Amino acid sequence: MLELRNITKVYNPGTVTEQTLFRDFSLTVEEGQFVSIVGSNGSGKTSLLNIICGSIPIEGGDVLVGGQSISRLKDYQRYATMGRVYQNPAAGTCPNLTMLENLSLADNKGKSFGLGRGVNRKRVDFYRAQLQSLGLGLEDKLDVKMGALSGGQRQAVSLLMATMTPLHFLILDEHTAALDPKTAEIIMELTDKVVREKKLTAMMVTHNLRYAVEYGDRILMMDRGHVVLDRAGAEKQATSIDDILGMFNQISLECGN
Amino acid sequence: MQDLIISTLTQGLIYALISFGVYITYSILDFPDLGVDGTFPLGAAVTAVLLIRGVNAWLTLPLAMLAGALAGLFTGFIHVKFRIRNLLAGIITQTALFSINLQIAGSNLTVDRGTDTIFTSAPVMALMGNSNNMTRKLVVSLLLILVVKLLLDLYLRTKSGLLLRAVGDNGGLVTSLAKDKGRVKILGLVIANALVALGGCVVCHEQRSFSATMGTGQLVYGLAAVIIGISLMNYYSASPLARRLRKHKGLGWLASPAGTTAVILGSILYKLCIQLALSMGLPANMMKLITALLFLLVLVLSGRKGEEIIHA
Repeated sequence: MLELRNITKVYNPGTVTEQTLFRDFSLTVEEGQFVSIVGSNGSGKTSLLNIICGSIPIEGGDVLVGGQSISRLKDYQRYATMGRVYQNPAAGTCPNLTMLENLSLADNKGKSFGLGRGVNRKRVDFYRAQLQSLGLGLEDKLDVKMGALSGGQRQAVSLLMATMTPLHFLILDEHTAALDPKTAEIIMELTDKVVREKKLTAMMVTHNLRYAVEYGDRILMMDRGHVVLDRAGAEKQATSIDDILGMFNQISLECGN
Repeated sequence: MQDLIISTLTQGLIYALISFGVYITYSILDFPDLGVDGTFPLGAAVTAVLLIRGVNAWLTLPLAMLAGALAGLFTGFIHVKFRIRNLLAGIITQTALFSINLQIAGSNLTVDRGTDTIFTSAPVMALMGNSNNMTRKLVVSLLLILVVKLLLDLYLRTKSGLLLRAVGDNGGLVTSLAKDKGRVKILGLVIANALVALGGCVVCHEQRSFSATMGTGQLVYGLAAVIIGISLMNYYSASPLARRLRKHKGLGWLASPAGTTAVILGSILYKLCIQLALSMGLPANMMKLITALLFLLVLVLSGRKGEEIIHA
């Protein structure tokens, strides 16, 4: 279970551009829940993910996993049980390493990076099978440099790498936003499959309202640091894109857009 | 003429040690480490002092590397822990080392003819006592470089080496592998500076001297060698010859040479160019000017490929 307790987040504290995003913000995500988060730009979606991952500091409050505070852990320490896929397909892999080297790195997460062989040839068949399950024809490209693959292919491998070792949380930060509609669809289906198969707790920020409605079992809408809509279970299933869109427009009107 | 070629080759090989260090920082870590100009004479200072005190010639190699490693540790530490920008961290180390080197050596030093260097050490003399001095230097440098190159190649293929390559390529990925990227960077700087100091050590053996100013321009030398080598390798890898070789089962490995191989070739070529310029009658005082101009030429010629080179 993930808990955010009374989070305060202030950007540029002590300057004229000081801006408070979160004040006493609290949120609880149950074990195994797949949460989609929508909201306009600047509503705090990505900041929320960054706070969970420890990428940005907080001015107050606490982040807890399974009742234990992780606020004092550095970002890399938190990633021991977390995986993250970014909006930019280049962010999840090393462009100048081959796919095999990239997968080997991900496969070794949680173990020591010592003087053993970087690439374990015995695992190649396993990698091939994993790549084959993506259905993108990547299984023959193990020796190709990651940078030579398309955005969609890279994002699929990023997803594979982020979820290769056992993990608790999967953080998806607009991970389909930079892809063409067809590829985005494939990645989204893959994501859903991985989350279900591995029974992950997942948080997905998206601007695609259809994905937010179709996938996941809880939907959050955020606006200026507040959760303005929170539906789970049957209530979430009954939510349509029009409901969300209507709410979106209402918020925009309030903002004077 | 033959002597000139042999000595140029030897110089190119020895200075490739510096280029290995620069290859790790500049190409792999994406960290332009200006500390090189201080670490190189550091290796030479430590070596000169040890040789004069009668320490075994071969023992000076690991000891000089240790000194270089400490310098790299310092650069890395202040960069990671105090968030000093990479360029500034290197400049601080380089400046501090100028005084430290003089503290270690006392003054400019000369190692007298009676002292054994690695080139005149007992095992070398036993095997090649009949060859002349220059040939011996060439063979010893070649073997030394090959050993270092192979070890470096092996290291870069280990898990630790893979992580080192990843940190320069995409630091965020290292974080998401639950590893502290700062530590990985420090490790890279330690290895790189150990290699640069080893370069200084071998140069000291070869010249039998240390001077406080011998570090000036070494970074530029290393960078030029790396950029020449990697650019040529990129051209070669994309050439029809390499493409044809890649299709052969047994010869495929010839199509994509290791970065370290490219760096050795770059180093030799660069020394050759400088030597050519000098032998055309340019006074030795002009050497740094030539080094700089040649480097500029290399940068211009490798032109648009610049961005690729950074991460090569």
